[in-house]
Formats: sequence, C-alpha cells, structure tokens
Amino acid sequence: MTLATAILLTVITAATPLLIAAIGELVVERSGVLNLGVEGMMIMGAAFGVVVAVVTGSSLLGVLAAIGAGVALAAVFALLTLGLAVNQYASGLALTIFGLGLSGVVGAPFVGIQRDGIGRIAIPLLSDIPVIGPILFRQDPFVYASFALVAGVAWFLWRTKAGLILRACGENPVSAHALGYRVLRIRLYAVLFGGACAGLAGAYLSLVLTPFWTAGMTAGRGWIALAIVVFASWLPLRTMLGAYLFGGLIVLQLHAQTAGVAVPSQLLAAMPYLITILALTLIMAMRRGGGAGSVAPAGLGQPFTPDR
Amino acid sequence: MADRSPLLAAEAVTRRFGTLVANDAVDLTVMPGEIHALLGENGAGKSTLVKMLYGLLAPDAGRILWQGRAVSLPTPRAARALGIGMVFQHFSLFDALSVAENVALALDEAAPLPQVAERLREVSRAYGLPLEPGREVWRLSVGERQRIEIVRCLMQNPQLLILDEPTSVLTPQETEGLFETLRTLRDEGRAVLYISHKLDEVRRLCEAATILRQGRVVERCDPRQQTAASLARMMVGSQIADVRRARAESAAGPVRLRLDSLDLPSEDPQGTSLKGVSLELAAGEILGIAGVAGNGQDELFAALSGEAPAPRAAAIVLEGTPIGHDGINARRRRAAAFVPEERLGHAAAPRMALSENALVAGHAANGFLRRGFVQRDRMLAWVDAVTSAFDVRKGPRDPEARALSGGNLQKFVVGREILRKPRLLVVSQPTWGVDAGAASLIRQALIDLAADGASVLVISQDLDELFEIADRIAVIFHGRLSPARPAEGLTREAVGLLMGGEGFGPVADTPPVMERVA
Amino acid sequence: MMALVLERRAEAGKWALLAAPLLAVGLTMASSLVVFWLLGQDPWRALQVYFIWPVSDAWGLQEVAVKATPLVLISVGLALCFRSNNWNIGAEGQFLIGAICGGGVAVWTHGWGGPWVLPLMLLAGAAGGMAYALIPAVLKVRLRVNEILVSLMLVYVADLLLDWLVRGPWRDPMGFNMPQTVTFARDATLPLLFDGGRMNLGSVIALVVVVVAAVVMARTLKGFEIRLVGQAPRAARFAGFSDTRLTITVFAVSGALAGLAGVIEAAGTVRQLLPGFSPGYGFTAIIVAFLGRLNPVGCLIAGIFIAITFIGGENAQIILRLPRDMTLVFQGLLLFYILACDTLILYRIRRRVPLQGAQT
Repeated sequence: MTLATAILLTVITAATPLLIAAIGELVVERSGVLNLGVEGMMIMGAAFGVVVAVVTGSSLLGVLAAIGAGVALAAVFALLTLGLAVNQYASGLALTIFGLGLSGVVGAPFVGIQRDGIGRIAIPLLSDIPVIGPILFRQDPFVYASFALVAGVAWFLWRTKAGLILRACGENPVSAHALGYRVLRIRLYAVLFGGACAGLAGAYLSLVLTPFWTAGMTAGRGWIALAIVVFASWLPLRTMLGAYLFGGLIVLQLHAQTAGVAVPSQLLAAMPYLITILALTLIMAMRRGGGAGSVAPAGLGQPFTPDR
Repeated sequence: MADRSPLLAAEAVTRRFGTLVANDAVDLTVMPGEIHALLGENGAGKSTLVKMLYGLLAPDAGRILWQGRAVSLPTPRAARALGIGMVFQHFSLFDALSVAENVALALDEAAPLPQVAERLREVSRAYGLPLEPGREVWRLSVGERQRIEIVRCLMQNPQLLILDEPTSVLTPQETEGLFETLRTLRDEGRAVLYISHKLDEVRRLCEAATILRQGRVVERCDPRQQTAASLARMMVGSQIADVRRARAESAAGPVRLRLDSLDLPSEDPQGTSLKGVSLELAAGEILGIAGVAGNGQDELFAALSGEAPAPRAAAIVLEGTPIGHDGINARRRRAAAFVPEERLGHAAAPRMALSENALVAGHAANGFLRRGFVQRDRMLAWVDAVTSAFDVRKGPRDPEARALSGGNLQKFVVGREILRKPRLLVVSQPTWGVDAGAASLIRQALIDLAADGASVLVISQDLDELFEIADRIAVIFHGRLSPARPAEGLTREAVGLLMGGEGFGPVADTPPVMERVA
Repeated sequence: MMALVLERRAEAGKWALLAAPLLAVGLTMASSLVVFWLLGQDPWRALQVYFIWPVSDAWGLQEVAVKATPLVLISVGLALCFRSNNWNIGAEGQFLIGAICGGGVAVWTHGWGGPWVLPLMLLAGAAGGMAYALIPAVLKVRLRVNEILVSLMLVYVADLLLDWLVRGPWRDPMGFNMPQTVTFARDATLPLLFDGGRMNLGSVIALVVVVVAAVVMARTLKGFEIRLVGQAPRAARFAGFSDTRLTITVFAVSGALAGLAGVIEAAGTVRQLLPGFSPGYGFTAIIVAFLGRLNPVGCLIAGIFIAITFIGGENAQIILRLPRDMTLVFQGLLLFYILACDTLILYRIRRRVPLQGAQT
C-alpha cells in the first residue's frame, strides 16, 4: 500500500462520521425541520454503542443500540417541535445539552475500556482493482453504509414520489397540507431518520475510529455536519464532497501534528473549526455573487400547525 | 330536469373555531352540470365551508352527501377519490419545484414524472390552457400559476370543481378566458362551485347561488334574475352607505410628489424590479395604481415608503425636496404616511398591544417619546382617538392587534396614519379582505383626506375600488408604470388591456412573479 | 379515531407567564426523583443535596451568588439576542475571551500594577468579549452566514486559545510546570463583599446590569425595537428600525456582558487562568435565559436557581458519587420542560373527534 493510498484511507475514515450525520440532517432539513441537536444525538449514539457493545460483546448490538439512542433523542425533538410547535433552535440546543449530559452519565463506568474495533471487509474482486480498490472496497462496513446512504437518499429525494412529497413539505408546508399530505407525520419520519443517522455516526466514533469511550468524544463533529449541509447546498452528492473535504483537512492537521510542524498543537486542533467558519463564509460569499437566490428549503425552521 | 338528484349536498354543517362559529348549520345543494355561486363577504364562512367539502377541515356537526350518499371526508385524498377538485385562492403551489412536479404532487397515484408531464400536455391542450411542464413555478405569472391549479384538478377528472375567488388575481381578459373554460366544463356535465364576492361575475357566469352571511345561509337564488344591488343587499344584510365623492374638478393643486424614472432592483431575487417609473401626484388628488399582483406593487410601495431607498435621491421628490435617500422616518417627518398591504406582520405586530402598534408608525413624528423613554399614556390616548374617529370595534381598551377582526384592524392602521394629517398618504390595498362597512368607511376617509388638500396614492388590484375613488389611474406591469389617465372616461377594458401588458412595448426579460403567499 | 390538536389561545394569560417556568421546575424535580431512584440513590436525600444544602448556610449562600453572577450577566445579554431572533450560541467563547483579555492585563501588569489595573481588566474583558461576538454578527449581516454555527465554532477556538496561553506564553514560571498563570495580584482582583465567603463586587455589577437592562427593555425605544424586530421583522422595518444594526448591537452587548462575566470570574473568583476555567457557564446561561422568559429580572431569578443546582451537582459528585454530567442531564431536561410549557401558554390542546358522515 502506498503512502497516498494510506492517507486516502484515513481521509475516508475521518470523513465517514461527518458524512453519515450530514446526510441524515440533509433529509431532516429538506422536510423543513432544522434539528440543531445533531451533536447530542451523535454522542448518545457513541455512548450507547460502546456501552452495549462492551456489555454484550457484540458490535452489531452496539450499532443497533447507537441507532436506537439517536432515534430516541430525535423522537423527543419531534415531540417538542412537531407535536408542540416549540422553537426548533432552542429544542435542538436542549437536545445537545441533554445528550452530552446523559452520554457522560451512561459512559462514566466505561471510560478507558478498550475493545477491538470493527474490522475492514474486503469486497472480492473489486478490492483487487489497483489504487481505488483498496481505498473504496477494503473498508469497514460503515463506509459501505455511508456510500449506500448517499446513493439511497439521492435516489429517494429525486426519483420517488415520497421524496417529492418530503421536499414539498420543506418548501411550503401550508400547500402540502392543503393537498392533503400529513406534513407533521412526514417531518416526523424525516427527523427520526436523521436521528438514526446521527446515532450511527456516533457508533462509528466509539466502535471504529477510537474504539473506546471518552466523554465529549464527538468534539463538535455534529455541528460540523450541520455546516456541511449548508456548504453542500442541501444536495447529497455535494454533501459527500464536503464531508471528504473536511475529512481531508482533519487528516492533514493530524499529519502536520505528527510531522512536528512548528506551530502550536492547539492551533492545529482549532483548524477544523476555523475551516468550518471559513468554508461557510466562502460559500455564502459565492452564493451572493451568483445571485441564485436562496437554495435552502423555503420552509426551513418554520413551525407548522395544521388546522383540522 | 326537475327530478335530477343533487351531486353534492351539505346538510346543517357546523364548524367552530374556539368561540367563533364559522359555519352555523349551513345547507348547500349543487346539481350536476351547474355553475353554482357561493357568495358572501369576507369572513362570511365561504372558505371554511369549502375546506370541509374538500376534506381539509372536519365539521363539528352535520353531514355531507355525495350523489345522495352520506360520506366522510377525512382527507383531501378522500374528496379527490369521490371526484371533488379544488383550486385554492392562495395557490397551493411550490415555487422551487417544476410544473410537472407540482402536478405530480396533486395526483393520488404514483406515476413517473415523464408520464405525468405527458398527460399534463394532453389535458392542457384539450382545454386550451398552455403550460410548460419543466418550468419552475417561481418563473411563472399569476395567470399561469392558476392554470397549473386548474389543470392538475382536471387531470383527476373531477365531477365537481371548487374555485375559491379565482379572479382576484386575473386581468379582465384573463377572467374571460377562465369563464370560457368553466363553461366548457359545465357543458361536459361537470359541476362548478364558484366562490366570489364579485357580483357582476356571478351574474354573468352562474345559474344558482347560495349566499352566506356571518356563517349562515341567508338566501338562495338564481343570480341571473337579480341585480347587483339586490345581491349586495343579501350579502351585506343592509344598505351600505355610498361613498360620496365631492369632486372639485378645478382643485388640481401644485405637484406634491414626483417620481422621475425611478429604477430599483428588487431585493427579493424572485421579486420584480422597478424600471423607469415616473409619475406626478398633485395636492388634493387621488392617484390609483392598478395591476395584477406581483408586477412590482410591493417594490413600488417600498420605494415610496423608504423601506427600500432609491439609488438616486432625485428619483423621488416630495414638495420640491429630493427624498430618495431618506429612510421611512425622515419621510414621515415630512408629513408623509404609509399603509402597507399586509395588516398583520407589516403594518402591525400581531402580538403587540394597539398602543405599541401606535408606536410602530409614530415614534418618529408623534411625540410618543421623552428623553428616549416611551410615554405610554400618550400612546393610549392616541389609540382612543383613532378608535373613536374610525369606529374601531374592540373589547378591551388596548388589545393585541391579532385580537381585532380584519376590518377593524384595517380601520386602525388607516386611522393611525390619517389622524396625523399627512400631506402625502401612500396606501396599498386599502380594503383587501375587509367587510363592506369598513371598506366604505375607509374609502370615504381617503376621499375626505384628499378633499382637505392631501395627496393620496392608492395601489390596488380591485378595479371597482379604483374607479370609485381615484381621480387618475395608472397601471403597473412588469415593474413599469403606464402614464396616468383621468378615471373619468376610462373603461375597464382599457385598464384591463394595460394590466395584461398591452401598450408596454416588448416584454421585459424577467417575468413577474407573485409574492410568496402563505 | 380521536386526534389531539393545538389551538391558539386568543390572549396569553398573565398567570401563564409565571406558571410555565414553575411547572417546568416542578417537572424537572419530579423527573430527577425518578432518575435518582433508578440510580439506586435515596431520592429525597439526593434532592436535599441538590437543592437544600447549597442554601443552608451563609457560606453556601455566598457561593450561590458567586455562581449566579456569570450566569445572570451572560443570560441577560442572551435574552436580548434571542428576543430579536439573533442566535448567539457562543457565549461560552465570549466568556473565555473576556477572561483571557482581562486576565492578560493582570498577567502583563503582575508586579508593577496599581489601582488602575482592575478597571482596565474589566474594560479589556468586556471589549474582548464584544469583539469576539462581533465576528458572527458581522458575518451574519454581511453574508448571511449562519450565526449559530460560527459562534459555536468559536467556542472551541477560544478554548484552545486559552489552553495554549496557559501552557505556553502565560504559564507561571514558578508554578512547577502546571498549566496555569500566576495568581493575580491584589490590584488585579475584585474586592470581596463579606468575610467568610467568596462573594465579590461582581455580584453588584450583575445586579446593576439587570436593573439597567430591565428599564431599557420595558421603557425605552431601544427595548421596543428589540422586541419588535424579534416578533415582526417586517413591521420593524416599517417602523424604520434597521435589523442589521440591531443584530450588531445585541451581539455586541451580549458579547460584552459575557466577556465581563469572564473577567469577573477570573478576577473575582478563580484569580488566575487555567484550562477548564469555565464549568460551561456560557451554555448554561442559554437555559437561564429561557427559564427567565428572556426577561432581565427573570434571568436574575433563574440564574440564582440554576446556580443552586450547579453547587448541588458538585456536592452530589462528592457525597453521592454521582457523575458530574448529571447536572447537564437535569439542565437539558429543564430546557425541554420550559419549551414544552411555553407552548401551553400560546396554545391549548384540544381533543377533536372527527365526525363520521356515514356508518358503513
């Protein structure tokens, strides 16, 4: 394996949790809901994933528990914002605070317990293709899942009636309701899907990337995933691109750190956050120049209460 | 003919919202092959009734019969399955989606998009309603948008088509086209339920009418046998005072407001930019600006009010002073006053008390402040003054704005400005969606203000209103303004042609778009 | 089939303004009883540790004031932001930058300062917090960059900056290589108010800020502007208010208050800078702001209440061996409940039984 291949492999590893969480949030936002609680759902997934995996000895059960934890938190969010029409910003923040706290409590007895990570699976034949084979087809199952998610979401949103309905709910919930669609129910499904993705992304952190639990181990990745959705103009393939870009920058920073570049480690550690700000600023400046108007779903973040 | 059975019947249907009874034991019968008018003032309960017929609202009591059988309509899908289609007043379209996608959303079977586009082409050809399936909706004119709504209903092959105030956004010529389509549908044996408060239209188009007032059926008649006046009496329940127009023809005073080829790019990428708008408004004069919604009315209002400052100061001149760069409060201090179209959210903050809403427009020039502190007692006194001068009916002395009915809130926001004795009043849609009593009071107030020497500019889509109060009328189309012509001697047809763009020269590069409703 | 629907109330009852936060607190307490029981604790004893012990002696009361001071200062600023629909989520970062700027003055003047050091520190802290808050504000106004994400990212940056400073250039040379600055000189510390506690002048400053903010919000045009922009942005434009200028203003004010809180914490309570300097005041203040109904006086009351649970959480960690994150769980729960109860003010929940047209 060449050095370049090795680096690309780590880029994909670093980007996958961002990608999984972002693609879930993309679906949520396309339905018109802004869930700022990605960080909270992600860390809950990380905590429950590792705890259940350690207790049962099964990585699969760990992953399922992580998804369940993300969905459970998303359900609370849905109850507040859809059921009670509460402010989505504030509810998302509450979700993050609660998730950070509960994950800490649940994970506390498990701090530092090492376990074997989930291994890579080589796909026969495909993995033997030179260069791209090892990068794309000798990966852990999460990476394959992330590919499937991007393709599936892109297909769903633009090739199916249900996807069209979901986008319609995000564009104009009042009209969608007038046509007889259950806007709240559709948004509920989207929010739960987003929760499942965030939980899965969390499981990747605690079961593959660093296969043990530390409190606050998401370190803002949930927020970066939110930024990637904006950066990607709510499009699945661009979300993939954005996630790999961020993943690459994170890897670059790690390599610079080990190579002993003469800058403080804290500055390197701050790079992902600074780059997020920079990327958001650049994309907004470009959109302003392009004059294409707003590309965000028109109904994003607006509570909807049907009359019946 | 006499023993035909009704297609649709509503029996003693009742619906409440909180304490308000929107529909009180309403009966309605629609026969097949009939264009049936549902007449009533704003707030009479027409929309509530049709929403129940379309499965959007659940009735509290009563029942609905379809071809003689009692049915339950839990969803619009159930209504569509029976053969009921609906065209909404505020269109239920999605701006960012294509025409075909909008149509696909309204179909109950899941067909692939190319197939939907193909059927869409067929139906639109069959009824003479041309549409381009691939275009995004925000690029289309209001008339084209309505076509989407109608075509997608027709693709369901409905037996009953409900139209909610369909002509409020059309030019007179477009209205004629719509009527042709509706007559074709009737001749095919379909029924049309036509909701309107425009009496002439109803008399020309419909052969039966049910008239609602305050949530109750007050009359059933054949509108062809009625006069407009008799229909109006049934609708309103009493005689409405005619607006007195004391015209002193000689009183064309000096020019007070002048727009000199004002160009203003719209801030909304989907809005309409103003291009070379010029006009002159004299003291004591009422100038009406007609036009189909979305042709630059919002932008014109924003430019006049100063919410969107003009690029050149000299593009807007008030009493000889260039004010194009001034903000709204600087203009207010020059005795200008403004009433925007949206009552709730623009003219008034819904969840604030009336006294605080007095502060919204009055903090710059009304003396409500002392050393930066708000003088609540003066604001309250102002509310009392507006209340008594404009007959604003409300429960408590100082309720929240959203607690008032549409007509009473409109009287408040118009009164709030007129009581300041402005020398220039710019008002957009002064009587949009208010009851006849309030409308007549507001129009009279505008005429009286002009009679006292003020200049009044009225932007309205209601041609009847403009012909009733304006001295001169200009038409706005694609962000351009026609020369103003004296209302006397001007025909509706001439204005209608201008509203459709005749006489404006080649069509501009960007089509106009209606502002986002809902 | 029966459905629950939300129906907007015509006029929000005055009672509900008070009832919602009280109900939220009650529900949180009830939930925490269940959680304690699940964790095998004696629920009543745990409740006592959380809510009663912190206020049962004079020293404890002073500690409550010490913790409430930064919470109240920050939350008053956040209330102005949230009221006007500006989502400053990065108060934690502005708090840290305030501490860094003020603490920097103390480190710089260590050994040669005079009585002018303290005022300069307070000024520097407020200015630093303000400048830091203006980054998301300017990006929002100029380019419509999402202020939530930017202000939040800047929290991580501020945290790392503090970490670098106290491990690098500002490390106490006599500190046995510990990552911390010198202990501030007398001129660089806020005077204590009473003996036998840590309550200092900062609490008085917080009280003054509350009073000023309450008067501004209730009685002045600026307060009206903030409320109007938040409730009806188009009407605010019609009133001639500039929403961009207001965004800059409220971010500047809230940043300055968070920075002031940071320097007060540094100069009054901790008296040096070290990593993990803040127990998350900037985030907790978000909850305080909502619990206080985005009202300055409400923030004061809510700040004191949350400060009690903060101390209770620390006590519980020692006495009951409960994880420290338990406090966060309760804070998250509390925010859930407040938001849910707020809906009960705006809406009433009604049961609707759809009418069956046909019996089939």
